This record gives sequence, C-alpha cells and structure tokens, in this order.
Amino acid sequence: MTLALDVAPVMVAYDVAHFLAGMMLVASFMLLYQDRIFAVLNTFAAQAMLLALAVAWQGYVHHHPDLFITAAMAFGLKGIVIPLALNRMVVRLGIHRDVDQAVNVASSMFLGLGLTSLALLLVLKVTPGASSFTREGLALALAVILLGFLMMITRRNAVTQIVGFMSIENGLILAATGARGMPLVVEVSVAFSVLIALFVFAVFVFRIRERFDSVEIEYLDRVRGDRRVQGDGR
Amino acid sequence: MNVSVWAIAVIPIAAGILLALIPSYRVGAIGNVLASGLTFATSLSFLAMPPVVEDYVILDSLNTFFVVLNTLVGFTTSAFSASYIGHEIETGRLTPLFVRFYHAMFQAMMAAMNIALLANNIGVMWVGLELATLITVVMVGIYRTPNALEAAWKYFILGIVGISLAFFGTILVYLAGQGVLGEGLPAMTWSKLLASAPKLDAALLNLAFIFLLVGYGTKVGLAPLHAWLPDAHAEGPTPISAVLSGLLLNVALFALLRFKMLIAAHPGALKPGPIMITIGLLSLIFAAFMLYQRRDIKRLFAYSSIEHMGLITFAFGMGGPLANFAGLLHMVMHSLTKSAIFFAVGHVAQAKGTQQLSGIRGLSVTNPGLAVGLAFGVIAISGLPPFGAFMSEFLILSSTFAREPLLALAAAFGLLVALGALLLRLQNILFGTPTGPHHKVSASSLPWMVHLSLVLVAGLYLPAAVIAWFQKAAELLG
Repeated sequence: MTLALDVAPVMVAYDVAHFLAGMMLVASFMLLYQDRIFAVLNTFAAQAMLLALAVAWQGYVHHHPDLFITAAMAFGLKGIVIPLALNRMVVRLGIHRDVDQAVNVASSMFLGLGLTSLALLLVLKVTPGASSFTREGLALALAVILLGFLMMITRRNAVTQIVGFMSIENGLILAATGARGMPLVVEVSVAFSVLIALFVFAVFVFRIRERFDSVEIEYLDRVRGDRRVQGDGR
Repeated sequence: MNVSVWAIAVIPIAAGILLALIPSYRVGAIGNVLASGLTFATSLSFLAMPPVVEDYVILDSLNTFFVVLNTLVGFTTSAFSASYIGHEIETGRLTPLFVRFYHAMFQAMMAAMNIALLANNIGVMWVGLELATLITVVMVGIYRTPNALEAAWKYFILGIVGISLAFFGTILVYLAGQGVLGEGLPAMTWSKLLASAPKLDAALLNLAFIFLLVGYGTKVGLAPLHAWLPDAHAEGPTPISAVLSGLLLNVALFALLRFKMLIAAHPGALKPGPIMITIGLLSLIFAAFMLYQRRDIKRLFAYSSIEHMGLITFAFGMGGPLANFAGLLHMVMHSLTKSAIFFAVGHVAQAKGTQQLSGIRGLSVTNPGLAVGLAFGVIAISGLPPFGAFMSEFLILSSTFAREPLLALAAAFGLLVALGALLLRLQNILFGTPTGPHHKVSASSLPWMVHLSLVLVAGLYLPAAVIAWFQKAAELLG
C-alpha cells in the first residue's frame, strides 16, 4: 500500500501528460478528415486548448511556473482569439462550405497512421538516454507536426492551410515544453512569430480573395512561372 | 555587454520604425541608405574587436565575416533600391504608401538577419531567420499581381515547412545539451554546446542534424527543396531578389554551418561532410541544366544562385582549411557578383518593360551602359578570369581534385554546363536584334560598379590581411 502511494503521483503525472498529448494527436487526425470549415476551426480550437492543458500540466508537475504563461497564451490566442477571428473571416468572405480534399479520407488516414508510426519509431529509437517522460512526449509531438504537414498538403484551401500551419506550431510548442527547462524567451518569441505569420496569412487570404474571387489554392496554380509566355510588364 | 554589437541590431530596428513614420518616399529612400550605411560602418568596427562571447551574443571571426558582408550588401542594395523604387512609383506599380512599408520592412529584415548572425542562443538564431523569412514573404508579394501572390504563397508554405523542421532540430539539440549542461539557458547557448560537444548524445545529435539540414537547407535553396526560390526571385521587387540571393541564402547556410561545427566536434556522431557534398553536387548539376530552359531573366539568375549555393555547400562538405577557405571566398564573390547582376537586371527589366528573355535583346545597342554592367556581372558569375569567382572556383576544384578526383570532375562538369548556359543567354541579351519598345531609366550604376570592382580586385590580388582573416574563419569551421 505504501509502495502504491509513493508511485502513484508519478504514474498520474505520466498518464495525464500522455493522455493530453495523445488527445492532441487525435485532434490532428480529426483535422485530416473534417470536411466542413467550421468543424475544422472548432477542432483546431480544441487542440489548442488541449495544448494549453498539457503545457500547464507540465508546469505544475515540474514546478516551472513560467510554463503557465505559455499555457495561458496558447489558451487565449490559439484556443479563443484566432479561431474566432478566422470564423469571422470565413463568414465575411462567404466561404463557409465544404472543403475539397486532394486525397480521399481513407488514404489520408492511412498516410497519417504511417507518419505517426514513423515519428514513434524514429524518436523512441534515438532517445534511449532521455527520460521516458520526455521521449514519448517528443514522439507524440513529432507525430502532430507531421500530421500538420500532411494536412497542409491534402487540403487545397487557404483557411485550412492556415489551420494546418498552426497545428504544426502546436506540435512544436508541445515538443518545446516537453524538453524540460527550455528558456521562456524562446517560447514567447515563437508565439510572437506565430502571430506575425498569421497576420501575413490573413493579408494574403484577403488579397487572394480580392484577385481571384476564391480562396482555393488551385486558382493560384494556373499561373506557373516559366510556362507562361506573356510578360507582365516588369 | 558590448555596445557596437548590440547597435548592429538596434540601428536597423530604430530606422525601420522611423521610416514607417516618414510619409515622403524620397526622404524614406535617403533614410534607408543612411541607416544601412550607418549599420555597415558599425560592422566595420568589429574588425578591430576581440571576440565577444556572452549568453545571447557571440562574435568570432566566422560571423564577423558574415556580418560585414551582410551589412555591405545591405548598404549597396539600399542605394540601388533608391533609384529602382523611384521608377516603380513613376510607372505606378507601387504607391507611396507601399514604398513606406517597403523601406520599414527592408530595415527590419536587415535587423533580423544580423540578429540571426550574432546570436549565441540557437533559439534566438532561429527566431532571427524566421523573422527575416516572413518579412521577405511579404516583400515578394508586394506587387500584388497574381504571379507575385503565387510566388509569395509558395515561398510561405515551403518556408514554414523548413522553419518548423529547423525548430524541431533545435529542440533536439537542446535535449542533447540538457543531458550534459543541465536544464535552462546553457543548453541552448551555442558556444557552451560546442565546448561540451564530445560529451553530447550522438544519436540525438544525428537526428537533430538531419532535421536542421532539411529545415535550413530549404532556406539555402538546396535541391530538391529549392522550389520557392526561382518564383520568389522573379516576382518580388529586384532589390529584394538581390538581398535574397546575396544575403538570406548566406545567413541560412551560416546557421547550418554552426550546427555542422557542433556535430563535427563529436567523434561518434555521423559525418556531415558526405551528406553536404551529395546535396551540394545535386543542386549544382541540377541547377546548371535548368539554366538552359529559362525564359525569365530573374529566374535565370535565381537558378544560378541555386547552382552556386550548391557549390559552396559542396566546398564546406569537403571541409579542411583549404576547401573551407575557398568556400568562404566563393560565398563573398557570389554575394557581391549576384547582387550586382540583380542591380543591372532590375534596370534592364525597367528599360525593356519585361522580364522575359525573348523581350530583352540587343541591349548593347539600346542601353550600352547597362549592357556593360550585365556583361561583366555574367562573366564574373560564370567563373571566368580575371574576376574573383574564378579564383574561388579554381581553389574549390583544385583542393577537391587533390583528395577526391572524381568529385572534382563532377563539380567541374556542373560548372561548365552552367557556363555554357549563361554565355549563350548573355550573347542573345547583348547582341540579338532589339525587339519591342524601350523606356528611359535613370539607372544609378554606382552600386554594381562598387561590387564588380571589389570582385575584380579580389580576382587579381587578395591583400595578406584579408587572407589571414579568411584563414581564421576557415580554421573555426574545421
């Protein structure tokens, strides 16, 4: 009984951290198959809130109070402000309809499974020295990052590509906080640069909308560098 | 705490804020030149300075060299940009408001690159490169034509992929450092990581290097991750093409070199050399062949940048004092020559009203001044004597030939293929029958003249002090 009491807090710390990181991975898989734009945004918001919980949990367990700032930023910005802003943008631009997929759901799920196994095999193989707390968290984070890439590739819509990019960023922050004691300055600047990137993205989406009357990326592909013949006056 | 080291980042930031507040584009352009000149002057003071190693800042002979090159090209580009932007306003391609934004962003980009170069913290270095990338994305899209938007979008997506992978690599390096240096700042401080490199975990370092190579390699424009580079060069304003080719690629390669030094200092880790040689050669030969199919003059020189970055990566992959020396020398020659070419190309495209090679013919008749500049630039970049690139390419090839004759042959083959393509195009541009209308441009030829005369002097005679400086930097690279 005494033994169980000693071990229990560590086990719980483990389980909760893995549970939260695992849920983020599940959210990444959901992002792959959601076909309505609002559902994509909601799933992303859920993932960001899970990230905030995961980061806060790390801060609590390892007594790193500065991680609470990171968690608060993830919760406020990525969990609430950005999804709401994107939501408004989608409504204003009138693009709330189904999202085209370049690859069908079954194949993108299989690709996702493949990438997840790759991430687990890769990270678990090369980090036998690190604590299992770190290495498993890192493996899950890499899986989230790779699934974000997959989403950016398979979704042919500017807004879903933004979401893909931000879910990559979620994975990066999960990895950064999993690596214990990484200086706060890095996380702050990451969050800051994400904001700038988002601003860039938003400006683009508006411009693309203005020029093409659509935010489908395929419209951009019709003009391809060298293959066009006419000059454009420069 | 060293004032002038911090000033190199603070001057451009302050200037950027000021420029954003100045409504007149003429004053803005002059302010841009002044601020870049001031930054350059400050960087010259580094030459007389002993090495600095602090928690966040490092100054050794390697990055002194990069900072001086960076601020010099930034300075001349701002001078070129002043005459270029004036024409863009006259033709209505840019409004004064956008020019104001452009000047502010130019300074911000210079600041971000200087931060990346001087950072001793691998996280801060990453942030600097990411900021510089995001700013250039905005600049590439500044004309807001469909082509510019497509180019900027492609650049953005590939840039994000590269940046994320590099960040993951950075975390892995931190994890490797954490095992030895403990949690917190020291494990992210490059100089401390290097000092304890042999004790770091080899497997983690290996995995980290792969992520960093792919991540930062995307920014260097190494094949097969180069897809963004030609588009970004072709569709943005020409001063930005000059800065991209001349500076940003260098800064990204510099970041990669820092980590190469780290992994090379560990006896049990994988050898970075062969990987860099392979990627470098692949980029060199691939880009050399791609040169033949280009129809757009800025794309032509963008592919030539991929070719040269490939050669430089190849040289650093070979390693050793001589190859590193040659690699650094070639980096300078390429930066100076390629930005000079873009200065000339910018005015050529304005004079001819097109970037298509089919529309740019008979330049020696219509614009003799620009024709001379472009001709000297292309001769210099093809590695013909008496320009500096001849010497650096010769050094790379001869030092490789002494160790790996087959690799030297492969590199020489790529260089010859590229030489053929460039001379073929140059002949059409200069001596073809003039077609289409052409406009008067008030081109300032001073920037490219300064660059090309530096390259010429370097080709004829390198002062002993400069050689000693390069050797010190090459030694650091190991």
